[in-house]
Formats: sequence, structure tokens, C-alpha cells
Amino acid sequence: MSYLDKSALKVVGTRPVRPDGVEKVIGRANFGADMVMPGMLWGKVLRSPHAHARIRSINTARAAALPGVRAVITADDFPPIASEEAFVGEGPMNFRDLSYNCIARGKVLYDGHAVAAVAATSPAIAEEALDLIAVDYEVLPHVIDVEDAMKADAPVLHDDLFTQGVDPKPTKPSNIAKRIGFNKGDIATGWKEAEVTIERRYTTQPVHQGYIEPHACVVAVGADGQCTIWSSSQGQFMVRAYCAKLLGVDIANIRAMPAEIGGGFGGKTLIYLEPLAMALSRKSGRPVKIVMNREEVFRGTGPAAGSVIEVKLGAKKDGRLVAAELLLKYQAGAFPGSPVGPGCMCAFAMYDIPHVSIVGYDVVSNRPKVAAYRAPGAPNSSFGVESCMDELARQMNIDPLHLREINAAKDGTKAAHGPTWSNIGYLETVQAAQANAHLSHKLGSNQGRGVASGFWFNIGGESSAACHINEDGTATVVEGCPDIGGSRASMAMMAAEVLGIPYERVRPIVADTASVGFSFLTGGSRVTFATGMAVTQAAEKVVVELKKRAAMIWDISPDAVDWKDGKAYPAGPNAGSFEPLSLQEIALKAGRTGGPISAEVTINAQGAGAGWATHICDVEVDSETGRVKILRYTAIQDVGRAIHPSYVEGQIQGGVTQGIGWALNEEYIYDKDGRLENPGFLDYRVPVASDLPMIDAVMLEIPNPRHPFGAKGVGEVPIVPPMAAVANAIFDATGIRMRDLPMSPPKLRAALDAEAPPPRLAAE
Amino acid sequence: MSKHHVTTTINGEPVEYLCEAQQTMLDVLRDELNLTGSKEGCGSGDCGACTVIVDGNIVCSCLMLGVEAEGKTITTVEGIAEGDKLHPVQQKFLEHAALQCGFCTPGFIVAAKALLDENKNPTEEETRYWLAGNLCRCTGYDKIIRAVLDAAALMRGEAGAV
Repeated sequence: MSYLDKSALKVVGTRPVRPDGVEKVIGRANFGADMVMPGMLWGKVLRSPHAHARIRSINTARAAALPGVRAVITADDFPPIASEEAFVGEGPMNFRDLSYNCIARGKVLYDGHAVAAVAATSPAIAEEALDLIAVDYEVLPHVIDVEDAMKADAPVLHDDLFTQGVDPKPTKPSNIAKRIGFNKGDIATGWKEAEVTIERRYTTQPVHQGYIEPHACVVAVGADGQCTIWSSSQGQFMVRAYCAKLLGVDIANIRAMPAEIGGGFGGKTLIYLEPLAMALSRKSGRPVKIVMNREEVFRGTGPAAGSVIEVKLGAKKDGRLVAAELLLKYQAGAFPGSPVGPGCMCAFAMYDIPHVSIVGYDVVSNRPKVAAYRAPGAPNSSFGVESCMDELARQMNIDPLHLREINAAKDGTKAAHGPTWSNIGYLETVQAAQANAHLSHKLGSNQGRGVASGFWFNIGGESSAACHINEDGTATVVEGCPDIGGSRASMAMMAAEVLGIPYERVRPIVADTASVGFSFLTGGSRVTFATGMAVTQAAEKVVVELKKRAAMIWDISPDAVDWKDGKAYPAGPNAGSFEPLSLQEIALKAGRTGGPISAEVTINAQGAGAGWATHICDVEVDSETGRVKILRYTAIQDVGRAIHPSYVEGQIQGGVTQGIGWALNEEYIYDKDGRLENPGFLDYRVPVASDLPMIDAVMLEIPNPRHPFGAKGVGEVPIVPPMAAVANAIFDATGIRMRDLPMSPPKLRAALDAEAPPPRLAAE
Repeated sequence: MSKHHVTTTINGEPVEYLCEAQQTMLDVLRDELNLTGSKEGCGSGDCGACTVIVDGNIVCSCLMLGVEAEGKTITTVEGIAEGDKLHPVQQKFLEHAALQCGFCTPGFIVAAKALLDENKNPTEEETRYWLAGNLCRCTGYDKIIRAVLDAAALMRGEAGAV
């Protein structure tokens, strides 16, 4: 069934209180670190102090002998795993690499790489035991920068890494894991047709997802090999699959329980601690809890890739783009798998350009393995392309929004990476920006305005959901995707809409891996789309059953029963004359009409609608300090249908704020030895409340016909435009083009000084 | 190492506990007293997820030692509501959808309550600066600020939504 007609909706589109809200405001919700078990031990992880070193030996004898220590593990406690592509997380993953990332084998590849772990009766004893583990390292030359890592004489991280995607296959290993390319039309023709060209280079630093909850888990392995995992992750089925593989255990022997998750943004789509706790529990026979501290989170997890972005655009004199070329070099961290693929595909997706050539490189270096971060890959390449679009617009004296308007991809446009668009709302976001009241605000001195657009695919995928009708006519919705930003509310709303009962009578839960069918993780902006589709279909199956039960009570054909507003009605005069039967009345009689009423649906959802956004940002630059203040921010987005508008706005506002942090302040800083210098929130400064204005989220509803309610994923595209929007605004304010992120006060101040020496000095 | 005996008041109730000298107040709350509403996001006083009120002042409980609670009066997130009656800040957080993952929420609730105890009519700017010691990575703070300002209006007996 379709519920695309908004005027007919009673629940979807309203803003009820989320079902799990009270628990979270009174401090009762259980996050990863809140779980305790009787007899539980505390685990701690020993991490490498070196960026790159060979492990000659690890002596754990003294640690193991410390009173209170019950188990010590190293890579020797894990089975060696063959290289094998994994399809359980978000983005590319290899089981062997994940195993080596969780615990180093033979070599440590970055500052913070785990080398051993202990379990003891108290955190203090576990900490003390770490100091007693003796690791003999042979320190090796290291490489941090992406372009340094690509050089022929760079220290090589992996002896068996040969660049994929080049012909002929290289004979020597290197740090370039992969070369990919996308072409549309004929780029040489494009350059011949171009009347105006521009070529620029941009760079970005790695940034951390910055979830406030550090990784945490409790794992209990029984003598029979049965294993229960409580952990905070973006997917309990992901945790189960990875742990089974890394420990060599049957999936059926692991039950993964989803704790509440304190933020992830992609950074919890893979695992770090669970396999270690599992090995420690197996060895000690006791449940083991491990909680990272913030320094470990920065040194050992995430971040998003840093990158080099080279853009070349060619246009006709009227502003129509005819050629676009892009070269991307993305840091993968210590193991292959940067999001350079989506970086390539998203870069020009907003535009209808006849001739396109894109090349991307996935490059390893001595940094933590990158993890997905909100629209992984897209923010980097879009910073380059959207900055360059602004430079082109200013060079040609065309309004930047108009330049985007005349080049906008529309339904029927073929993207450089293959698909032909349908039901897309990109142009609408540009037009909405042109009409937005934001533009009427006058700018003062040192103030500027920038615009930028963005694209993200959004995905569907495998989801399961059940809808159970309880004896009193309430409903329980069971799903398998961790609720990271209010999705329980959306699930309950869609079920309530289908069942025709009030939202408050539907209770949604996120179930463990033994209590609901397989569900892919929470990521790719897929949950409201794919799991929402499963929930809707489960509720629809229940309605079919409810009609059947009413027909049985009335002794008429089920086809002669209508379902409306939570009640069964005879379909017309020919069906007979009966008083309507409410869901509650039917539920009460379920035992006498065939038994419990419930349905479970498992799907592989297809047809996710892409996310499109255009942002407007106003800044003020303090020319004395180089500090940039965000004055005003408007984010316009095609959201399909906002199931719970407040949580859609929240996704937009949160994504924008992360983007502002990426633009202005956040970066990984390494010293000459390859050690991370800012592994804490004081020195890695994320935006705080006093840094920001209100963020105006404008939701355009261009329904996705492939979803029953028209939903599109909304969580990821909001982080794509901000970096360029801010950079473009800074240019507008100062005439200075910042092409290297972050545009932090010292860098902007230096640029201001280089541009125009301070008058005070000039006067001297 | 012998433990220290501490007598204090937490959420209006007399509490006694034994703790080690190096244990933080946050460790004591979470690991000894099962008050896990206060969260550890950093352990260094930068994120505010562990915010509690000690004798009227907001404090990051990760920066306070358990032994320092002797004779003090402490309020944690578990003590903000009165029985099943939510504090206006809690109520407005729910109505404004001012939480996404909810991990930073306890710290914000405690800090915002302390703000409104002190200032019945804070401006948006005052609210933003007061809460600048509490990190939220999900919301962009927009709905949090609105919720706090709306809670202030409610407590002043004004209806005006923000």
C-alpha cells in the first residue's frame, strides 16, 4: 500500500515524544558502559607507542603473575585469517585486516594500535598489569602524509599490498591500495568545448566522528562456548558476524545484545573491543568488560579520511559546465578501505556535465584505520568541487546559486558513475535557497555569505521487523537496527499509521540477534527507509489478519471487510450490517479466532531515494584573531517525507554542526615521530553551544515512490556542503580563498597577514 | 591499600560508601553506587557528560575525587525529577526532541537545571555560554537551547514556546 498522500496521514508528520525519551532524560537508559555482570572482570588494552614497528617479542609473564589478573591475550590468541572481503559493515572491509586492526600481528601500524589486553578483578589492577607487559619493538620508518605515502621510496606498510586497478599489475608492493576511475562522455572533447576553465587543489585533514560515548562492551563466554555480547554499536548483527569470524566461532553460538548507543556517525559500524573481550572471557571463564577512554578513542578508532582533491572545471561563457575532471587521494589509515569510491561518485552528482573524468586513489599510511563518517567520502570531494564551483562563479561573475541552477541534475540526467536520476529534488533545493529569507539579511563589514550543495546516495538493504498485537489491543514493534537518533519513534509512527491506532499504543523495541531476523546495520541513512518499509509491511500483514478475524466473527468473506482508523467495517451494504469491530475487540477475541495476531517481515529494500542539499552560510571573520563566527546558517534538503519532522531537523542540524567543526577547527595533529598530539576533547575541539547560532533546517518533501510513506534517508547529506559553504563565505568576507582544511584561526590569520600586512606594521 | 569511608548526601538521601583514594566521584557514582546516569565521555572535564551539582555548583564528577564528597550535598541526573514528575527541563527536552543518542543528555539536564536555579530568564547567549562545557555531537545544540529557554518560560509561568 502507499501512504504518499500527506493529507490522509494522522500520525506520520506529527512530532510526538520519542518512546525511549523518558529513560534518557532521567539517566536510566543503558549504554555500553552501563552493563555489569556478577563476577565480571575489567579489561584494558595495551597500545603501541610507535607509528610503525616490528614486534620482536611480547612477554606477558609478569603481567599474568600479578594478583588479580585472570587473563592476558595477544594476537596469538586469535586464529590467523585469510584475506577475505566482508560485507557486514559500512564501506569496504576485509576480515583479516579487521582482525589485525583489533590486535596487531607482527607489526604495529600506528600510534594507538592494540598489541595486547588483560582482564583483572579491578580496573586499577588491569591498568597496572599493562605496565608489566614487555614488548620488544624494532622501530621502522613511518609515513603519515598521503602524498608522501604514495612516493616510490615511502616506507611500505604491507608487503603484500599491490595496487589494484592499474594495468599492468605492479611487481612491487606499495601503499597505494587501489586506483579507481569513472568516465562519462569524452573529456578531451569537453576541454575543446570549454570556453572558461579553472583548476584548483584542495586538502583536508582526518577528523574524528566524535561520538561522546567511548566504545564499550561486556562479553560473557560460557564453558559450552555460548557467547553473549552487550555492546554499543551501529549493528548487533554486524558485531555478531565480525566476532564469529575473528574468533572462529559459529554465528549461532553468539547472541549480540544492542546497548543504547551514544552516537556513532559511522564510527561504530565496525568493532574494536568485542573480540578482545571475547578472547579474555574465553580464557578466564568470566564475563569481561572493556571501556575505552577518550584518548584510546582518538588514537585507536575512526577517523574519517584526510585527502587531496584536485578539481578542474570547464564551462561555456553562459556558465554551462561542459567538462569536469577530478583527482582524489584519500587516506585509508593503516589498512586499505578509504571511502574514495563514494568520494568519486558524489563529487559531481549534483550537476549535468556531458564530459567527466574522475580518478581516485586509496592510500594506506601509519594512521588509525579510517571508519565511516556520515556520507563517507562525500564531504572531502565536495569541499573541493563546491569550492571550485564558487571560484568559477566569481571568476565568471555569475551568482553562485544561479551557476548551480543552470547546471543542476534533474530527473533523467545520467550521473558520471552510471545511474540515471529519477524523483530527485536537487534543483528544488537550489530554487528554495534562492527564495529563502536568509538572502535578505544585509551583511556588514568582515561578513560574508557562501553557498554549497551536496549529494549522498542513501541505501536500503536487508531489514527484518515484527509487529505483535497484544491482548489488550496495543502493539509491539520489534526491529533490529540500533536507534541512534530517534528511529524508534519513526517505526512506531509508521506502524500506528498503518494499524490506525494512536502512536502511544505502539511500543517499539530494538531486539537482540536472537529475537528478530537479520538486519543490516544502522548506517547509510537506511533505517527509516528500509527498516521502516519492513515495519510498514509487518503492520500491513497484521491488518490483513485483523480483517480476516473480523470476517470470521461476522461470518463474511475477508474481502468484504474494510480497515479504517483502527476498526473493521463491512465493506458496503452487500457485506452485511455489523457494528465496527475495533482492533482492541479483535485482539481480545484472538484466542477464539485462530490464536495470536502477529507478523514478521524480512526484506531486502531497494529503491532508496538519494539525498540532496543546498546550504547558505553567513560568517564574520575577526581579522585580528582569524576566528570565524557563524552568523546564520540555512540548510535546505530534499527529505522525501519527514516521518518525525523534529528528528529530521535534528539530523540536519547535527550534520551541519559536524561539518562546521570539520571546516573550522577539527584535525588530527601528528608529531614528527607519528604520535597523535591532540587525542582529547580539549585539543581536538568540536563545536560547542557558544560557537553556533540556531541552524535553520528547511525540509523539502519530494516523496520517494519506492517507500510506502515516501521517505528518503536524511542523516548523511547534511555534512556534505558545510565545509565549502563556510570556505565560500570566508572568501566573500575577506577575499581570501582557503583551500586547506581546517580554516582554523592561526591559518586564517596567517592568510590574512600574507594578503594584507597589518596597517600597524605598515605604519612603522 | 585501605579504603576511605565517606558520608555524604546524594539526591536527598544520606549515603555512605567506601572508596579508594584515587577513585573519582564519577567512578564512585557509577561503579560503587550504581548511579550510571552520569556518563564518562572523556574523563578529563572536557565533555560535561558526568555533570553533577555539588553544594549548588555544577562540577564534572570525573574531576572530583570520591573522598571529596564527605559532608557535601550532591545531585545527579537521577535526582532531578521528583518521583515520576519530570523537571520542566526534562519535559522540554522530550517535547523539543532535544536529544538524539541521549548520551550527553544527563549532563545537559543537570547543567540546565542549575542554570535555571540561578537565572530564571536567561538569554539565548547566556544559555549557550552556560552550556558550552557540555558537548553534544548529535543535535547541533539548536533544539537543546530551545528546550532550555522553553523550560525557563514554563517555570516562569509563561506559555510562550521558543
